[in-house]
Amino acid sequence: MTGLVQLQSNRAGPSVRFRWLDALWIQVTGTLCNIACLHCFISCGPKATQVPMMSAEEIERALSDGRDLGMRQVYFTGGEPFLHPELRRVVRGALAIAPLTIITNGLLIDEATAGWLAEESAASRYSLDLRVSLDGMTAAQNDPVRGRGTFDLIVESLARLARHGLSPVVTVVEHEQVESSRTLFLDFVRGLGIRQPRVKFLPLLRIGREERRTHGYEEIMNDVPLLPEVEASLLCASGRIVTAQGVYTCPILIEHATARISDSLAGAQRDLQLSWAACQTCVLDGLRCNT
Amino acid sequence: MRAAFFGGVYSNWLALEQALRDARQRGAEAIYCLGDLGAFGPHPDRSIELLREGGVPTVQGNYDDSVGNDRPDCGCGYTDPRDNHYARISYAYTQEKTSSAHKPWLATLPHKLAFENAGLRYSMVHGSPRQQNEFLWETASPDHLLERLCGDADVLLCTHTGLHWQRTLPSGKRVVNVGALGRPANDGRTCVWYAFLDTEAEEPFAFIPVSYDHQRLAREMREEKLPDEFVETVLTGWWTTCLEVLPAKERLKGRF
Repeated sequence: MTGLVQLQSNRAGPSVRFRWLDALWIQVTGTLCNIACLHCFISCGPKATQVPMMSAEEIERALSDGRDLGMRQVYFTGGEPFLHPELRRVVRGALAIAPLTIITNGLLIDEATAGWLAEESAASRYSLDLRVSLDGMTAAQNDPVRGRGTFDLIVESLARLARHGLSPVVTVVEHEQVESSRTLFLDFVRGLGIRQPRVKFLPLLRIGREERRTHGYEEIMNDVPLLPEVEASLLCASGRIVTAQGVYTCPILIEHATARISDSLAGAQRDLQLSWAACQTCVLDGLRCNT
Repeated sequence: MRAAFFGGVYSNWLALEQALRDARQRGAEAIYCLGDLGAFGPHPDRSIELLREGGVPTVQGNYDDSVGNDRPDCGCGYTDPRDNHYARISYAYTQEKTSSAHKPWLATLPHKLAFENAGLRYSMVHGSPRQQNEFLWETASPDHLLERLCGDADVLLCTHTGLHWQRTLPSGKRVVNVGALGRPANDGRTCVWYAFLDTEAEEPFAFIPVSYDHQRLAREMREEKLPDEFVETVLTGWWTTCLEVLPAKERLKGRF
């Protein structure tokens, strides 16, 4: 830290009323990832086991609890979800009861996996979305943050998914080198064969590895009540994330003990005080993690 | 009993006029509108007047709430900047062109209407019973959620998505998204849709396509300087805007 405010829980923040469980996020592989992006807001990587992988049974229990609480949609995230040895089992289990989004770097989606995803998507009543991270339209933009050679591999995966009739959402983190023109990015994605291109830009989150790459947050939030429409639209007003270590407020705070709010999904359905500096990214910058 | 249910009119007064005629010809004893009278199309007062003059019981949509109460935006519930860009254009036009005489009526429309027939309870909302602008898409609305949203109702009718669908739930309850009269259903056809209930029919709910003078609507939209993208949708049946909110399966069915 360089004089900036660390995430903390000893200050109050604006309160957020929990409305209902809309989005159930599941940290299926914990912090295990096949790459170690320099701007990762957790500290995921090939040796990162600080948040353990969940077992298939734990994931299925989360899905069952979510269904009992009336969840609307499921998100599988990590780490890299395609590292989970029983991903096929839990994807099928999720799609049997709700729409599913998988947040992925795309690197493990080979021909067989793309074919399988297309089959699962076609067989399910509910939508299957894949959110593939690509942080630039060139290797020169993407690779400095996601790792050497990743651009070419991600682009191949996107084209592969398109050939199988899937329409992934490309998520782009607005780091320093990225060309963040929506129109240009849409054209670029269309050029990969994706007929209905979807691009979602995300601001940098100044926590996790990104905090070490650049800097953390300056504390600028106060306790002033949020506008009702802002409060209602925050992920933490209608979403929770289940990990192998308990239930947390939202996907960006799973490395922070103070954000662990319950052992159970049912117990996590309660109001919050936004006492973490990173909350300003949602409150002030308008980050919304939904697909 | 025979009844008609109209969703999302979006100022398409020509389709509304035709749908009213069609529903009456089919013997509808009751006609309901599930809200969002303005947006997208031209001359918002014309649709409002057709509904008021026809005595059509109408649920308040998010657009009606916003226009009626002069709120800063339409409250459609979009999160993508591209969706919001077109929503702002549409809302600014509709807000300006809606007569102040109609705004108090829009502001005080009910959030919910209900009736009973043959022991079944029918509940009508705009988005969902818990949130006026909640999108209930066919491929993004799990059975367990819909069971919960039905509450005491045996049949829940909604709109807001612009796409019609229906499902019988494991409990036997039914959810019907009645679709929209305002713009085509992103299927390459220029007709628009409403839902028709005939309790004597084997399948009680049918979706009725409505053909109307869409060329005239397009002309009026151009005269009002509404975006070319909106006009293209009317002429082709494919959505060109407000697409980012669509779930994957619904998006893949469209052209864009």
